[in-house]
Amino acid sequence: MRTLPVGDRALLVEVTSGEEAQALHAELLRRRAAGLITVREIVPAARTVLLDGLDDPVRLASELTASEVPALPRREEAAVDIPVRYDGPDLADVAAHWGVGEREVARIHAATEFSVAFCGFAPGFGYLTGQPPRYDVPRRDTPRTAVPAGSVALAGPYTGVYPRSSPGGWQLIGRTDTVLWDHARVPAALLSPGTRVRFVPVGCP
Amino acid sequence: MTDRALVVVRAGALTTVQDRGRPGHAHLGVPRSGALDGSAAALVNRLVGNPPEAALLETTVNGCAVRPRSTVTVAVGGAPCPVTVDGRPVAWGAPVRVPAGALLDIGTVSSGVRSYVGVSGGIAVDPVLGSRSTDLLSGLGPAPLAAGTVLPLGTPQRLHARVDVAPQPAPPTELVLRVTLGPRDDWFTPEALRTFTSRTYRVSLASNRIGLRTEGPALERSLPGELPSEGMVLGAVQVPPDGRPVVFLADHPTTGGYPVIAVVRPQDLPAAAQAAPGTPVRFTAMRTRQGC
Repeated sequence: MRTLPVGDRALLVEVTSGEEAQALHAELLRRRAAGLITVREIVPAARTVLLDGLDDPVRLASELTASEVPALPRREEAAVDIPVRYDGPDLADVAAHWGVGEREVARIHAATEFSVAFCGFAPGFGYLTGQPPRYDVPRRDTPRTAVPAGSVALAGPYTGVYPRSSPGGWQLIGRTDTVLWDHARVPAALLSPGTRVRFVPVGCP
Repeated sequence: MTDRALVVVRAGALTTVQDRGRPGHAHLGVPRSGALDGSAAALVNRLVGNPPEAALLETTVNGCAVRPRSTVTVAVGGAPCPVTVDGRPVAWGAPVRVPAGALLDIGTVSSGVRSYVGVSGGIAVDPVLGSRSTDLLSGLGPAPLAAGTVLPLGTPQRLHARVDVAPQPAPPTELVLRVTLGPRDDWFTPEALRTFTSRTYRVSLASNRIGLRTEGPALERSLPGELPSEGMVLGAVQVPPDGRPVVFLADHPTTGGYPVIAVVRPQDLPAAAQAAPGTPVRFTAMRTRQGC
């Protein structure tokens, strides 16, 4: 674990894997809930957790490096099911990367239990992990200027669902009618860091 | 007094509703948003007797014009500009009574970028995640003003002491941003770090509420490639592949993959919000990063 000051009121804690980052994030949430840390934002990402709005980042840094981070506890809540039509325009490209048929992409993807490693890019956009590294795919060479809301997409080790129409360079494998973000709903975001997710195939590609 | 609202007559180049933003949701990908020049926003709220969290208007360069449906007190601050009520000049930076149906016109700035228009009672559009701010990165909050937009107003509170005049800093002719180096200063060559903290940049025309973009000497990296996405703070100085530093302002993305060479002190960000394109910018390192 490495801690990096970010200005005078924030701390970036860097670890070596996504799993460690998720475990660290869960531990920091636990400490905040227990009143052990006062912080405005706890923002997990690929290999880091950012703590923003701290009174004394230097002291927290020394506390963190002196303590053990327990392994990620398994979440008790049920996984969120997201129904997907696996008919995205990049399904064939992804199938070629994986060296399987298009139907097999759907079967493999839907058989994976994902969890939200972190959120970013847009409100409610989760970076979901859970697939083995052999299923990593590159971003598209040319990003699309408009990816429709509900598109289920892959890039690198991640799966994501576009909460609203936006430009994007991920490979689109399917789409869902599930609403990822609704600011009038509580909570507004269907997915938050740590949420477990399963994709449920509907219809036939 | 039942129909408390502002009707937008002239929207200006970009006028948005802003308050102190929606911090606390970055882990969901929600930017903080909020008034870019927080000092000016707080001041005009005080001038009209509003609490500091009241929502107001943030204009860009050429102001806006609105017609209140009931008599209100307004104050304009931030970037200096002419203010008129039904064509008659009134004070900038002081409370002004605008009768029901009169036309309040906020003109083009004489310097700076963003003027703030506080209205007694505050702009009372429905909050989203606890804030009425327009977030131009993610589209949360009310849309930017358009001619014909009707903005509801809240009920003025008498709890807050009003001030009549207050000093306001002039927009910067040279923007000096004090920075703390890191967290990713080790991604740059020693020469790039020297360049960053000694040469003069200029504010780019491409600047917006997301970031203050600069033009000037490119900063060379010692490490190639991209970082895995990591959390970003307000005032982060991110260096994209073109090597020109970008200072993250209120609508900045919550995560990013370009290295952050330094972080600007929050006290210096109001001036950054008022630095017009072409303004010289210098970054001064306050202290070297301490390992911990």
